[in-house]
Amino acid sequence: MNKHVNNITPETADLSRRSFLVGTAASGLVLGYAGVPGIGEALAAAPANFEPSVWYAISPDGLVTVTCGKADMGQHIASTMAQIVCEELGAKWSDMRVNLASNDPKFNDPVLGAQITGGSWSTMMNFDAMSRAGAAGRIALTEAAAAAMGLPPYFKDQLVVRDSMVTHPKSKKQMSFGDIVKSGKATKTFTPDELKAIKLKTPDQYTMIGVSVPQLDIPSKTNGTAKYGIDVMLPGMAYGAIVTPPVRFGATVKSVDDAEAKKVPGFIKAVILDDKTQTTSGWVVAVAGTYANARKAAQALKIAYDGGPNAKVSSQSLLDEAKRLQKLEDSGQFFVKDGDPSAAFGAAAKVVEAEYTTSINIHAPMEPMNATAEFKGDILHIYSGNQFATRSGAIAAGAAGIDPKFVVMHQLWLGGGFGRRLDADMMVPAVQAAKAVGKPVKVIYSRENDMTMDFSRPLTYQKVKAGVDGDGKLTALSHDVVSAWPTQRWGIPDFLTPSVDKKGPLDSFTVNGADFFYTVPNHHVRAIKNELAHNATPSGQLRSVAPGWTFWAIESMIDEIAVATGKDPAQFRIALLDGKGKNDGGAQRLRNTLLAAMGLSGYGTRQLPKGEGMGVACVSSQERATASWTACVAHVAVAPSGEVTVKKLTVATDVGTQVHPDNIRAQVEGAALWGLSLAMYEKATLKDGGIEQTNFDSYTPLRMSQMPEVAVAVIANGEKATGVGEPAVTVVAPAIGNAIFNASGARVRALPITAEAVKGAMKA
Amino acid sequence: MPTLTINGRSLSVDAANDTPLLWAIREQLQMTGTKFGCGAGLCGACTVHVNGEAVRSCQTMLSDVAGKKITTIEGLAPKGDHPLQKAWIAEQVPQCGYCQSGQIMQAASLLAKNPNPTKDEVVAHMDGNLCRCMTYSRIQKAIMRAATEMRTASASGNERSPT
Repeated sequence: MNKHVNNITPETADLSRRSFLVGTAASGLVLGYAGVPGIGEALAAAPANFEPSVWYAISPDGLVTVTCGKADMGQHIASTMAQIVCEELGAKWSDMRVNLASNDPKFNDPVLGAQITGGSWSTMMNFDAMSRAGAAGRIALTEAAAAAMGLPPYFKDQLVVRDSMVTHPKSKKQMSFGDIVKSGKATKTFTPDELKAIKLKTPDQYTMIGVSVPQLDIPSKTNGTAKYGIDVMLPGMAYGAIVTPPVRFGATVKSVDDAEAKKVPGFIKAVILDDKTQTTSGWVVAVAGTYANARKAAQALKIAYDGGPNAKVSSQSLLDEAKRLQKLEDSGQFFVKDGDPSAAFGAAAKVVEAEYTTSINIHAPMEPMNATAEFKGDILHIYSGNQFATRSGAIAAGAAGIDPKFVVMHQLWLGGGFGRRLDADMMVPAVQAAKAVGKPVKVIYSRENDMTMDFSRPLTYQKVKAGVDGDGKLTALSHDVVSAWPTQRWGIPDFLTPSVDKKGPLDSFTVNGADFFYTVPNHHVRAIKNELAHNATPSGQLRSVAPGWTFWAIESMIDEIAVATGKDPAQFRIALLDGKGKNDGGAQRLRNTLLAAMGLSGYGTRQLPKGEGMGVACVSSQERATASWTACVAHVAVAPSGEVTVKKLTVATDVGTQVHPDNIRAQVEGAALWGLSLAMYEKATLKDGGIEQTNFDSYTPLRMSQMPEVAVAVIANGEKATGVGEPAVTVVAPAIGNAIFNASGARVRALPITAEAVKGAMKA
Repeated sequence: MPTLTINGRSLSVDAANDTPLLWAIREQLQMTGTKFGCGAGLCGACTVHVNGEAVRSCQTMLSDVAGKKITTIEGLAPKGDHPLQKAWIAEQVPQCGYCQSGQIMQAASLLAKNPNPTKDEVVAHMDGNLCRCMTYSRIQKAIMRAATEMRTASASGNERSPT
């Protein structure tokens, strides 16, 4: 278990050591957790000098503005944070506004201690803190209203807070939030203990949580007014277009001839990056007065490269290396080491073994990577939609050669994230170009730059071996996962996990999911780093990360074992989800989710036409500590040519508590279609060290015409809210693979699934 | 200096004739609702109307639009209340939202010609517009909702007419 999710219960977060402050500022009322312990006393002593960690503010006109420290990439997390505050505060939804936070540490995630958005963590990790922030505000406003109405403080329990109004029904007095703010009486500090003691609403008292309120960001996304990083305009700004080498990583620039570029109107300079952060290699920025001319200049540059050590690497050589590493007994580190699978295989009645692979995949958010950098005095300002402001600010500082504390990251709406904007490569060309030309510079990647320089989902190779006893019970499973290590690349020890065999930290973002909730007494999972892939194809976190490949292997293998022992694959899973020992709780929830998907899809209730089949899969993405529970039944038709048509995906997910039911459905459907896209339509390949796919003609995410029917069932059983943005990505591919087998007898083990592979796997 | 007739106004832009319309709109005119997605006419994020036709502004040069009427998302309806925009809100379509200006402009060109499209016609017309968040089913629903609203509005308009 890595440290960052070790203690996710809000009680143990460092938030519990913070005071909560309500104070009047020039702009209105500000409410937030104190940035540092003991700050409450500081406020009492010298309010004028104090700046609290402002999570939300109420202006004299009654508008409540919540500052969201999370990147909003379409999951509507800013609106969700406002909704959680609004519930406890008692504000009217139409009074709520959102603001995107800068990288000031005061806006850090209360649990993670940094500004990072991913892992479907945001709602689950912020629900309690935002609820308490809202409740503290309500209490402060109520007490101030009681004072302003001339009621004794003990009358405050008779006050009703609803729709941004505090009402005293007995005396028929009432005050709006705006009027209370104007009264200047709402000043209060909650000690950590007082904050903890606030009794939050119980679900039966909710009036906002569980309601599909209109998302606050949506209107601006229908009329062109929503501002993304690419839309930032600064006075006197120049534009940069980058030229990237033919090799993904490791190339260096030998020479740049800008004679032709100089003929482009407005051309300013070609800047060769000197990237000491080692995020990029061999990049040049062409800077000009307009982006159109920067692109022309970029195309006119004649650059000679040294291809470096990876110039001959291909997808095939990455796979060959992975297979070689897997065969070595001493490679890798253990993520799970329960029992003794080797001994169990010896005693097994049947042993099933298989290899599973996934291709390189590209994030390709619709907004190409971009960043705008401006040096203003000592401060470097960066404007860029980013999922990891804490680290990106540090990379920008590294590119500028300054201390990170002098970098201000300005957040904007993200035109898609999917994990791509956890990386900070775009900072480097923007910063160094701005420094070189002495003006603010906006760098925009071409789609070709964006695709060939993606921090991709790595090519993976997995070997799984399973042993079944005479009763058909799964007794042993050994699972080797060979891949590049995306998270190790960050160089942040807290995000790595100690290996159970004490061979040093491993990147659990390559094996998460393999520590499933099935009961298997002898279970080994080995994480093996493919150093060649790690260096040649620097990888990143792509929506759902490891569970996107680990469950492809596990959930396919579980089906293969069920078939080998003559059992129904769904019933076989249900038996394995017995909730024994460490799996208690989670296993039963996953079982129930699977049953829900089976019920909704009509699994097993009717004979399907020849050539059609249903397949099941169930997953506990993301990590064991932050798991949610998702199952899928895929219904496919397979033609004799091997052509697969996905007719319907039925997805059930247990989210514990629904904050916004409509958004959950939107996220789960989007995630499931991502899963389908990765399973059937998206494939990138490496040749001579470079990604071969350069635009949406060769890298082809799902389009509208390829969309099947998707049915979503959401289980809200009152448990804590879980994440919903990612899990449904991971469940779809194995469900489709298993459905293809049931429809045609063809077992496919490589993603993406192709008609050729299906036809080749059909029994003659 | 080329002059553009855009959203009912006549504006001159300081750009060469071989500049893609997309960049003139975004940078010279600072109308940033039209988005850059692929630069190759493959994704539809940059869709605008030229004389009522949906075109990819990244593939349209300034010389191509001389004397023609250009409409961007900012000019589709004066108050952002085109039936499609209202339907986009009613169906809560956007996730990241980046492709949605292009989706709406593409859809508007369909409904202008075909007020009662079938689902297949919608898919055929919209298939060139990528949505990486995969909001396709809501896009379809919103188009159908807007089509219904537009037909209802024009029908009630007819009833009121004196002839």
